[in-house]
This record gives sequence, C-alpha cells and structure tokens, in this order.
Amino acid sequence: MTAREKIAGSVANYVDERTGAAKWMKKNLTKVFPDHWSFLLGEIALYSFVILLLSGTFLTFWFDPSQREVIYEGAYAPLEGLKMSAAYASTLQISFEVRGGLLMRQIHHWAALIFMAAIVVHLMRVYFTGAFRKPREFNWIIGVGLLTLGIVEGFLGYSLPDDLLSGTGVRIAEAIIQALPLVGSYLAFFAFGGAFPGEAFIPRIYTVHVLLLPGAFLALITVHLMLVWYQKHTQYPGPGRTEKNVVGYPLMPVYMAKAGGFFFIVFGVTAFLGAVASINPIWLYGPYTPGQISAGSQPDWYMGWLDGLVRMSPPLESHFFGHTVSWNILIPGLIVPGILFTGMALYPFIESWITGDKREHHLLDRPRNVPNRTALGVMSLTFMLVALINGGNDIIATTFDLTINQIMWFSRIGILILPPIAFVVTKRLCLSLQRADRDLVLHGRETGRLVMMEHGEFVEVHEPISAEKAWLLTQHEQNPALALEESDLRGVRRPGVLKNKLRARMSKAHAVAIPKATAADLKEIEHH
Amino acid sequence: MSNEIEAIKDPGLPAHVHRRADTDPKAAKKAERQVAILFLLSALGTVTLIGSYIFIPQDVFFYFPVLGNTNAHQLFLGLGMAASLFFIGMGAIHWAKTLMPDEEVIIQRHEFRSPDEDRAEFIKTVKEGAAAAGLGRRSLIKRSLGLSLGLVGLSPLILLGDLGPLPGDELSKTSWKAGTRLVTDPGDRPIRAEDLEVGAVAQTLPEIEPGAHRALSDIGKDAVLLIRLRPEEFNLDAERLSWTYEGIIAFSKICSHMGCAVALYEQQTKHLLCPCHQSTFDVTRAAKVIFGPSARPLPQLAITVDSEGYLVAQSPFNEPVGPSFWERSS
Repeated sequence: MTAREKIAGSVANYVDERTGAAKWMKKNLTKVFPDHWSFLLGEIALYSFVILLLSGTFLTFWFDPSQREVIYEGAYAPLEGLKMSAAYASTLQISFEVRGGLLMRQIHHWAALIFMAAIVVHLMRVYFTGAFRKPREFNWIIGVGLLTLGIVEGFLGYSLPDDLLSGTGVRIAEAIIQALPLVGSYLAFFAFGGAFPGEAFIPRIYTVHVLLLPGAFLALITVHLMLVWYQKHTQYPGPGRTEKNVVGYPLMPVYMAKAGGFFFIVFGVTAFLGAVASINPIWLYGPYTPGQISAGSQPDWYMGWLDGLVRMSPPLESHFFGHTVSWNILIPGLIVPGILFTGMALYPFIESWITGDKREHHLLDRPRNVPNRTALGVMSLTFMLVALINGGNDIIATTFDLTINQIMWFSRIGILILPPIAFVVTKRLCLSLQRADRDLVLHGRETGRLVMMEHGEFVEVHEPISAEKAWLLTQHEQNPALALEESDLRGVRRPGVLKNKLRARMSKAHAVAIPKATAADLKEIEHH
Repeated sequence: MSNEIEAIKDPGLPAHVHRRADTDPKAAKKAERQVAILFLLSALGTVTLIGSYIFIPQDVFFYFPVLGNTNAHQLFLGLGMAASLFFIGMGAIHWAKTLMPDEEVIIQRHEFRSPDEDRAEFIKTVKEGAAAAGLGRRSLIKRSLGLSLGLVGLSPLILLGDLGPLPGDELSKTSWKAGTRLVTDPGDRPIRAEDLEVGAVAQTLPEIEPGAHRALSDIGKDAVLLIRLRPEEFNLDAERLSWTYEGIIAFSKICSHMGCAVALYEQQTKHLLCPCHQSTFDVTRAAKVIFGPSARPLPQLAITVDSEGYLVAQSPFNEPVGPSFWERSS
C-alpha cells in the first residue's frame, strides 16, 4: 500500500465511522447512466444555474440595489452629470470601472439566456419522448415550476439595472398587476410601495432575485435531481434495453469525467460569449424615467411570446357599475399563459387518463410512435412561435420592410389557424414515418443499386436491415383504444356518459397507428 | 396482444467493439498526450487571464474583425477565462472517451411500489400514531388547532401591510391644476405658443417650485405631450376644440394601455405610436385608438395661456391617466 492510499484509506475510515457513508457510496458510485446527447440538455440548464450563482455573487459585491437619485460622475463620459438611480450608476461602475465586471455581467446575462433555452429544449425532449410518464409525473411538475420561476427570475434580473429599457418592462408588469380585478391597484401599491415607480421596487426585487428565488431554485433542483437519481434515468429503446434494466456507463469514473468535463465546457462557452458578444449594453439605453422610451423595446426572448400575445390582443375593455376590466391585458397577460402552463403541468395525468395506462415506463418513446402527443407538442410550439414572432413585430417590420398591420393580422389569424394545421400535418408525418419504418423492416434498405432483369425490367436491390435496427423499429407497443361502454352489462347507462364519450374519442385518436411489422409479416414476405 | 407474441425478437446488446487505445499501447499513449495538451491549454488560458487583469489597462480599445471596436481588457480577460474552463472540460471528456472503460454496464431496475406487507404496516403505523394522539376522538383539540393554524397563516399577510400605502385616489389624480404652467422636460422652462412651430412636438411637465424635487412617480403620471397642428386639421367636437390653443393640443404621454411613454410621433400621418405594443392614436381625432391593443384614447389636457402668454392647463385631467384599473369608472 502506498502512502497516498494509506491517507485516503484513513480519511474514508474517519468519515465512514461517523456517517456509514461507505455502503451508500459503494452502491451509488457504480450507478449506471444511459448515454445520449439529448440527456445533456438538462445538464446544460443545471450548469448554467451554477454559473449564474457564481457570476451573480460577483455582481452583488458592487451592485447597489437602490433607487436613490445620484448624479453620475463615473468613467463613462456620455452620461456624465446625469441624474440616475444608484442601481443604474453602480451597474455602469461594474461595466466600466470594475476589472472583469463587464465580462461577469455579460456572462451572467448569457448564462440566464442559456439557462432558459436549455430548460425549454430539455422540456421538449422530455415531452416528445414521453419521459414524463409514470413514475416521473412529479418531476415533470417540478420542471414546469422551474421554467415558470426561471421566467420570473430572468425578468427581475434584467430589471435590476434600472435602465430605460428594463424600466419600461417593469412599467408593463405593473400594468398587469394593476389590471387585476378587485385587488389590482392594492397589489400594485404594495409591490411598489406606492405609485409607480416609487423608490422601493428595485431593493425589493433584489431580495427576491438574489435570495428568495435562488433558494427556491436550489430546493426544487435538488428534489428534481434526487428523483432522477432515485428513479434512475430513462433510456432510449434499442437492442438489450428493456423496461427493467438500465444500460450505460458507471458514475465512477466515466460519468464523473464526462459530466464534470461538460460543466467546464458549458462554463467555457458562456465565458466566450461574455467575452466577445455584447449583451444588454445598458449604458446605451440611459437611466429610467417614466416619461421616456426607446423605439424597438423588446424583452428577453423567454418573455417575448407573452409580449407578443399582449401586442396582438384586440382592444377589449369592459366598464360596468363604475369599474373597469381590461380584457386586453388580462387575457393575453394572465389567462392564456395560465391555461397554457396549467395544461402543461397536468399533461402527464391527462395522457394517462386518455390511454388508461397506469404502468411504469422507463423506455422512451420515439416521437413518431405517439403521433397524437407529438402533434399536440408541435401545435403548442407553433402557438408559442406565432406569439414570439408577434412579440418582435416592430423589429420584423423594420428589418423586412413590412407594416405592423400585416404582421399583426398574420399573428391574429395565424395563432388560431396555424396550431391546428401544425397538429394535422405533424400527425400525418408521424404516421408516414411509421409506414416508412414498417417498409424498412419488411423490404429492407434501398441500396441505390439498379439491376436489369432478364426481361428488361429495372429493379432496385434492397438489403435487409440488421436485427438490431429491426428491433429498434418494432420494439414499441401498439395498444388499442380504450373500450368504454356507454351502458353496463344490463343495459343501464353508466354515469358520466359525456365524459366517457370524450375519453373514448380521445383514446381512439391517441391509438391511431400504422401496424408495426411483425415476425409473421416477415415470414410471409420470405415466402414470396 | 396477438402481435406481441409474434413480434420481432430483441437481439440483445451488440458485442463490444474495442477502441484502438484499448488494445494498442501506442494509441493509448497518444491519447494520454492529447489529454495532457488540452489540460495545458487550459493552464495557458488562466495565464492569459492573469496577464490581462494586471497588464492591460481598461481603456484600451482596438479594432477586431467581426466584433468591431473592442475593449482589449475585457476581451482578453474573457478569452483567457473561456480557454481555461473550456479546455479542462475537453481534456476530461477526451480522457473519458479514449482511456476510461467504455464497456456498457447493465443494472436492473426495481419497481417503486412497496411490497404489500410494507404498505399495510405503514397504514397501521399511521393509524396507531393518529389514535395515540387522539386526533379522531378529541374534536375540541382538532378544531381549536385548525383555528389557530389558520390564524397564524394570516399573520404574514398582516405584517406585510406596510409594504405600501393604500392606493386611495392616487391613480386618479395628477399634479395638473387649473392654471399650472407647462414647462419643458428637460429644462423646466415655461412655453409660449410661438415657441412651437406647426408640426413640432414637445415633452412637458407641470411647473414646480424652483429647486423642488420632482419624483419619478410624478413624472409617471404628469408627462404631457404637446403637438402643434394647423387648427383646421383637427377633427374635434366643440368642447375638445376648446381644450386646444391655436392648434396646440396636449395629451397624457402615458399610454392608456400599459403605461409606456407614447413617444413616437409620425408627422406625416399625425399618429402617435407607443413603442411597447404599437397602440396608435390619431392626434387629429383627440387621440382616438386606430390600431393596437389599447382600448381608450390618451386623456387630453385642456390648455390655454395665462396673462403672460405662457401655456397653462385650463383644468386638471378629466379622467385618470395611464393603464386601466378596477376602480376606474369609464
């Protein structure tokens, strides 16, 4: 035994005698993780969060979260002598006087954008592969919670510098709060410590941004990861992979090196962006004052769809009994997003209600094999995309020489028509892909080699695909629709007929599939 | 299901294919060197970072293709940091991919459902615990506990009461009064009608005592936009026309939709546009909404001139300015 092994041994002994950790560690260090590039998306989100904590802590050392009015006398000459809040002045100080300050600010902002992007793409991966199914419904809900918190946290973060652009965003947020029936003006006055903008808001959202929400993130991310750990990761289907096993690489050493290395890569790429790609140059916007604004006011991308919905809203407002309800704010700002996010959170339960499937699932679906789910996902994305496009209507109008009018009517009509079209097209595409899979299994791969038969006909030579590939294309289940009788055995109608009818209908739509190739089909073809 | 029986068979995990470094010590040695080079590149990155921090002043700018005019301190600090991190990652992953075992391992899953006897025992424990506490029998305790917990839950709400004052009629009033002079923003100079040419726009605020502090909350309600047209260009009723002065018309600059500053004026069309959500208001028709999500015209401020010829408000706004709220009556 070398000296080093001895030291390691005695440290391990010390810890184990006090915690009994060896047993747990032994089991978990050999834990197996399946390998796939799409499993890195959630990792990117996690690592961006760590980068956000580190770079954010750096920024707090100089940032002064106060709306106290100061006269600027810093290094950035164009704003010399201007009245501004201490928050804005200290952001200028970080950008121009603290060495590495601008780099850290840009890393922080880029990391926030990457964090949100990674969450969204990770969510899409989980959705389209059906990874949210039993037993992972809780983790899906936690994920939706993290996405929602991320949007809020990002918005609060870019509001802190108190520049003209972000102040405009805060004004809009205040208008949404103020639009709430009954309690709106009270909540707005509580949030802002009086009339907008007041002097209380920046210090308050600072506490929320650096303490409350990061705390909530830490807690939720911890539970999210513990559940992944405990429930073991899902895996893609393939030869040797079943619902009962996990095929992959052990944590120690392969996964530690890969995941640890990947953290540094994400951090390195974020730092590169912070070094070369300017983001949120607040010194160009000037300090916030409610009487001014800059053209082309745009939120960060993860808020863009919300702004797009508000922009396309018809001018609806009700007045009755001396009260006002702003539908033009409530519907796009709260009601539609509320329905979307609630629907998303509940989706695992809705799908299992439709299919009647209460079993555990650890093998992922290929999106084409669940056409209804895939189509619904593409439909939702289309909705979001149209909203996002409309959120950039002013930029699009000036860039592509269109009128705002054209873009708005495209969006107003498109947001109703395009999602259903996307649903139908996606569903058909999925079924076509299923058909192609079936053909591939039954008739093999087109080799591109043409052969002339004796009687002059040209045929393309097909090559049978490997057993592994054939298994991949046929391993999925094809379950029939739920049989829900409207009346019981004695002919008495069951209660909840309408509900059952709806369920049966949806179940039927969900079960639509091209029958997969079977061994019998193959045999039959061989006979020819 | 019938077709499950005759399904195509799972051929099982494909045989492991060895990498070159697994069998060829030369290849392994080469991979080791590659990993070491990557780690050394990272070290070089940190050296760049330290050097840039100490030796490059913060005010050196130079032209860099694609990026344009670039701050040298910030760029090299960032590139050094990026390299120091990125190459550690690359090294670790290259190490894992070439030299660490790449044979796939299979472990078994376990069903999450607890065995029936465990579940039964769990329920028994809970029931016994509840019975021992007497939760079912002692309804007085149960009800009073419910009451006290409910009330305790209220106290944070009470304690947060001082977050802000009650709105009262704050949202409905501005600083404008009959006779308040309109002054330029910025500059705080009173304005005569002749200061504004036809087609001109001016951002104004109500006059305050010299040296008095103007809170942003006041600007957020008081900001007024003056626009001068030819009087015959107006398409207003008699009352609204009487609120203008020699073709000068005054509107609240705070958008009636969500409170952004309505700052874009198109001289040709005489439209005011809010850059936030593109609500567009027709100046000639008392800021009627002609496009976008806003449901109400911008409030118009009645103006005239005082004895010295300066523009003043005839009266306060006759309706609240800014976005709608529940207590708003029209």
